[in-house]
Amino acid sequence: MRSAVLWIYTALVFAFVFAPILFSVVFSFNSQRFPTIPLGEFSTEWYAKILADPDIWQAALNSLIVSSCTAVLATFLGFCTAYSDYRYRFRLKGAYLALILLPPTIPLIIMALAMLAWLSKIGMSGQLYSIIIAHTVLTAPFAMAVIRLRLNQMDENLEAAAWNLGGSEWATMRHVIVPFCRPAIIAALCLTAAVSFDEFAISWFVSGLNKTLPVAILEIVQGNIDPQVNAIGTFVFLISMSLIILAQIFLVGRQLKGHT
Amino acid sequence: MTRNTKPDFYALSWRLPIIIWQALFFLGPIVFMIAMSFFLVKNYRMTEAFEFVNWGRMMTRGYFWDSYWHTIWIASLSTLCGMLIAFPVAYTLAFRASENTRRMAIFLLIIPFFTSYLVRTFSWFVILSESGVLNAMLGWVGLGPYTMLNTTFGTLVGYMTLTLPLVVILQTLAMANIDRSLVEAAHNLGCKPLQTIWRVILPLAKTGMIVAAVFCFILSFGDFVAPFYLGGSQDPTLPILIIDTTKSGQQWPRAAVVAIMMMLTLFAVAFAGIALAYRKRAMS
Repeated sequence: MRSAVLWIYTALVFAFVFAPILFSVVFSFNSQRFPTIPLGEFSTEWYAKILADPDIWQAALNSLIVSSCTAVLATFLGFCTAYSDYRYRFRLKGAYLALILLPPTIPLIIMALAMLAWLSKIGMSGQLYSIIIAHTVLTAPFAMAVIRLRLNQMDENLEAAAWNLGGSEWATMRHVIVPFCRPAIIAALCLTAAVSFDEFAISWFVSGLNKTLPVAILEIVQGNIDPQVNAIGTFVFLISMSLIILAQIFLVGRQLKGHT
Repeated sequence: MTRNTKPDFYALSWRLPIIIWQALFFLGPIVFMIAMSFFLVKNYRMTEAFEFVNWGRMMTRGYFWDSYWHTIWIASLSTLCGMLIAFPVAYTLAFRASENTRRMAIFLLIIPFFTSYLVRTFSWFVILSESGVLNAMLGWVGLGPYTMLNTTFGTLVGYMTLTLPLVVILQTLAMANIDRSLVEAAHNLGCKPLQTIWRVILPLAKTGMIVAAVFCFILSFGDFVAPFYLGGSQDPTLPILIIDTTKSGQQWPRAAVVAIMMMLTLFAVAFAGIALAYRKRAMS
């Protein structure tokens, strides 16, 4: 009995967490300008509106460029750090790891201000690559964590065995370690791309006139109630979810294979 | 295999990229922001200097301290609500759910991190508004309409949207690692469920619980979306103050002062949390 109460409560909290996501998808197909219940008619008006808006297309393109470049850079840096942490012990390693792991614990608004000030100072603000730089700092820790977990699963003697068989360190890296980490690398690419695709605070500060989709949403929301936001949001949600599910498939799928 | 030899070219080529990158684009910005808090602004242009003008100005302004204590208050309130609302869920997932259900639940709770927080907030804006979904539903049972937007309640709904998934995950992980036999032993010895939670489970899960609370505080403290869109920003929180100061009037140095005060506060909270987590229990 008490168990039932606990489960009902749990379901309610999950409902609270997912209500805004669900409603934004529902509202995006709803004809009302001020959505309420009973719902209005089914309509694709808001989708038609955003598809006809060249600003939104440009923002979507910007988002795509930013998130894919961020993913590649962050995953590369994350891999280097994860491998260094896995294989070597060295002085100040704690500080070294803190250097990559700290950024996500600092509030985005502070990172946004610091990035804006610094990038302006060195003449690199207001460009698409400004967002890429900032997002790489922000997402590299996630890539590092995913790849580091994968390296934990690697047999410690695998690398040494390859060296004994005459492979150089570089050849071993290329033919043994990178292939072993491939699922984690792909998962890291997806995760970092998804985080970058949704980030708005830093992008808003450093992007200048180059809006990404979340910044476009921010600007629409600042104006008034406009259900276009739900349509864009649903679109962004679909992309992010596909990336997360892909990441999950690569991580879990590989693990299952490893067990059989 | 972990060797402690002098780093060679191979080792350095894996170790250095992140050091260079973070020095340029993480330490650089943070250090520059601290330096910037001493710069001067003349005729809307920032000039490099070492003056305490901005600090003196911000520290003596009533609106800064109002905003500061308001932000601490509302982030604390959010942490309290988040921890209390999440606990029964985490308890259920940790002790009543099967391994598979728990894993599925945690996967579900990760999803919100990758959906736009802005869109979710906008969704709440529409749901909570005067003629919105919630008031329409309450109207069916003869209640309301209530004003929920532009209130502390609205801000808290936003904060919960942001923090609850993470808090539930962290609490669940903290409790899932507890040795079940200890909990069963407490039951067998006649400990009532609430007593078991208070005397056995919470002490064992203390570290994880504190981590959850600290993250809840950090997220709420630094968020500008919930207080701005759902709370109406009549009492601006520090993040809103940073945005206002940065975006209007080019007063970046003053915004830097606010940002540094925020970071110092968060350090203090994090250290207090760590101290609390590792404090030896006085009575055991």
